[in-house]
Amino acid sequence: MSNLQAFRQETRDWLEENCPPSMREPVKGGESMCWGGRNFKFESKEQQQWMERMGAKGWTAPDWPTEYGGGGLDKVEHKILREEMSRLNARSPLDSFGIWMIGPALLKFGSEALKQQHLPPIVRGEIRWCQGYSEPGAGSDLAGLQSKGEDRGDHFIANGQKVWTSYGDKADWMFCLLRTDSEAKKQMGISLVLFDMLTPGVTPKPIKLISGSSPFCETFLDDVRVEKDQVVGEVNQGWTIAKYLLTHEREMIGGMGMTDAGAETLSQMAARVMGVEQGRMNNPILRADVAKWEIDGACFGLTAERVTDEAKAGSGVGATSAMLKYYGTELNKRRFETLLKINGSDAMIWDGEAANHGWLPRTWLRTKGNSIEGGTSEVQLNVIAKNILGLG
Amino acid sequence: MLKESAQGFLAEFAPVAELRKQRDANSQSGYADNLWAQMADMGWAAILVPEAYGGLEFGHVGMGQIVEQTGRTLTASPLFATAVLGVTAINAAGSEDQKTQLLGSIASGEITTALAVDEKIHHAPTQISLSAVKRGSGYMLNGAKRFVADGCTADKLIVAARTGGEAGDMNGISLFVVDRTAAGVEVERTDMTDTRNYANISFNNVEVAEAALLGEEGKGFKALNTALDVGNIYLSAELLGIAQETFDVTLQYLKERKQFGVLIGSFQALQHRAAHWWSEVELCKSVVLKALQTLDEGDKKAPALASIAKAKLCEVAELATNEAIQMHGGIGMTDEYDIGFFIKRARSAQIMFGDNSYHTDRFALLNGY
Repeated sequence: MSNLQAFRQETRDWLEENCPPSMREPVKGGESMCWGGRNFKFESKEQQQWMERMGAKGWTAPDWPTEYGGGGLDKVEHKILREEMSRLNARSPLDSFGIWMIGPALLKFGSEALKQQHLPPIVRGEIRWCQGYSEPGAGSDLAGLQSKGEDRGDHFIANGQKVWTSYGDKADWMFCLLRTDSEAKKQMGISLVLFDMLTPGVTPKPIKLISGSSPFCETFLDDVRVEKDQVVGEVNQGWTIAKYLLTHEREMIGGMGMTDAGAETLSQMAARVMGVEQGRMNNPILRADVAKWEIDGACFGLTAERVTDEAKAGSGVGATSAMLKYYGTELNKRRFETLLKINGSDAMIWDGEAANHGWLPRTWLRTKGNSIEGGTSEVQLNVIAKNILGLG
Repeated sequence: MLKESAQGFLAEFAPVAELRKQRDANSQSGYADNLWAQMADMGWAAILVPEAYGGLEFGHVGMGQIVEQTGRTLTASPLFATAVLGVTAINAAGSEDQKTQLLGSIASGEITTALAVDEKIHHAPTQISLSAVKRGSGYMLNGAKRFVADGCTADKLIVAARTGGEAGDMNGISLFVVDRTAAGVEVERTDMTDTRNYANISFNNVEVAEAALLGEEGKGFKALNTALDVGNIYLSAELLGIAQETFDVTLQYLKERKQFGVLIGSFQALQHRAAHWWSEVELCKSVVLKALQTLDEGDKKAPALASIAKAKLCEVAELATNEAIQMHGGIGMTDEYDIGFFIKRARSAQIMFGDNSYHTDRFALLNGY
């Protein structure tokens, strides 16, 4: 048996033994995702066990180095782990901005001390992170941010307001962009800093969205003390890291929503609700919408695979992530518009057990934000035009 | 490597300028006389032919790269009708004897073929009504075909005929190999927008021997369907070449053309459209590659992927050629400029063997709705 076969067998055995039965069922919307952190209310004892067991093995961050608590797996082993997890239908043990965003940035740009301090708690799901990027006056034009960090020797005093802080009221720490040199031109003079959300002067307030939920906050910073040893990379050089993180965010959002929430595909649901006669779904116009969406969905899925394969082969996703983000979010919006048409007046039921608490209209409305958050579709098209096509 | 050598060859011997030359000379075949001999010398005729029958058995991903390049250069040649359609149909339906004889002759470049399927203006392979009636030890063919690619030049016509059942039935369709010059075969060259050689062909009491039947009587639809799936995947590869070439040429133009004192590529209205177009082409690359791989792997998903690829490529080729003209402005409307050749060829390739709407419908049917 080769090493890889042995690894696969060990992985399979370990997962069989350690993945609780209820963690092998699909998640029911965002509610049952596991985010971890100091204040997280686990859905069940098993959800907590699953996160802790995987965290202890480093498999919540399989490709991070073991010295920072990660799994230390190479690409092939990581793929085997993913395959074995999907064989069991195992849920993701931990969904975390720590793993997706600030962790990779720390690995690439952070000091040894910052890595030692922050990475292991992220892997174990002990600390939940949020992102302090956008401001009321700096959305698409992120580099126009105004929140200031005033230099006080060994620390900064931060003042300003952040907005669209994902789960800011539930997070433990924030990675945050501050203007630390107001003399320098726009992109210069920005630093990426880390602070505890319990630091005096940090006040997150949830924003209620059109979907009725409040996944985002506005976060007020009033004389918040930020230690200088919590600056990632060099002071005033945070923009490079911020851009790197945006690329990660684009990949993340672009890939979301393409997996079906349930076992039923768009066309299966359409056929069930609309009915099929002589092999064709009733309502030819809607049938064409469904088929065109599924064709585009299939092509997009193949593209995400191809681009990821090419990235692993060395050319890197880079600016291509702008295309994935643009196309993926527009497709997701189209998918929900189609779901709405399929479900007719039922699609408008906002609440109640029978309608899954308005899952459809609420999620449909939430998708409208997909092409805004993490850079609007228009910004992604700008990135493609400038960075890939070389149009000035 | 295959891709690079194909690029070099096509750019030298069959660029868009050659298509223009053939058109202006009212060429019967639509391509230079020695082109197919040169391609056969390079082994292109033999790429899909199994080794057992004298071929290279090099696979679809490789052949797909060549055909994609022919989309960039708009190269007309027997490559599609003979080396793709002919080889696939004969290999799928033929007896050992037929394969040995016909595939061997194709691989060596001795004979060319054309696949005669459609009878009406819309692709509908189950609707075949051209009749083949048993007569003595052979058959007699009566009926008419249209939009037969290479129908004016092919040595052998592979004809889908009805030996049983009624129009609409999949059973009762049989394939025959008929000499283009056989008595009763009337070939009319149609003057088409892309200037390639297509024919309307009538069969008037055409008598063929029993050996002309490709495979079993009445069971030809499966092989025909295979040939059509493969054909549609290669048409998609060609359309991918067209979508990419028109994009590259247009992008270059956006970086050269000045209006209002600035490059037109600095206008966001055009940047966003170019970026969207580029994104669509990325999706096309993925689906064409996957479809070709699926053929190589003999995957059961080939029919669905053929329809996904053709539907998507029809959509994007239409976008690409329309945007190419619009972004070029007035010059894009002139015959002197090459863009016009691309939109003409794209629409023909889109229509052949089913357009976007046909394959969207077929995809849905294959998925049970």
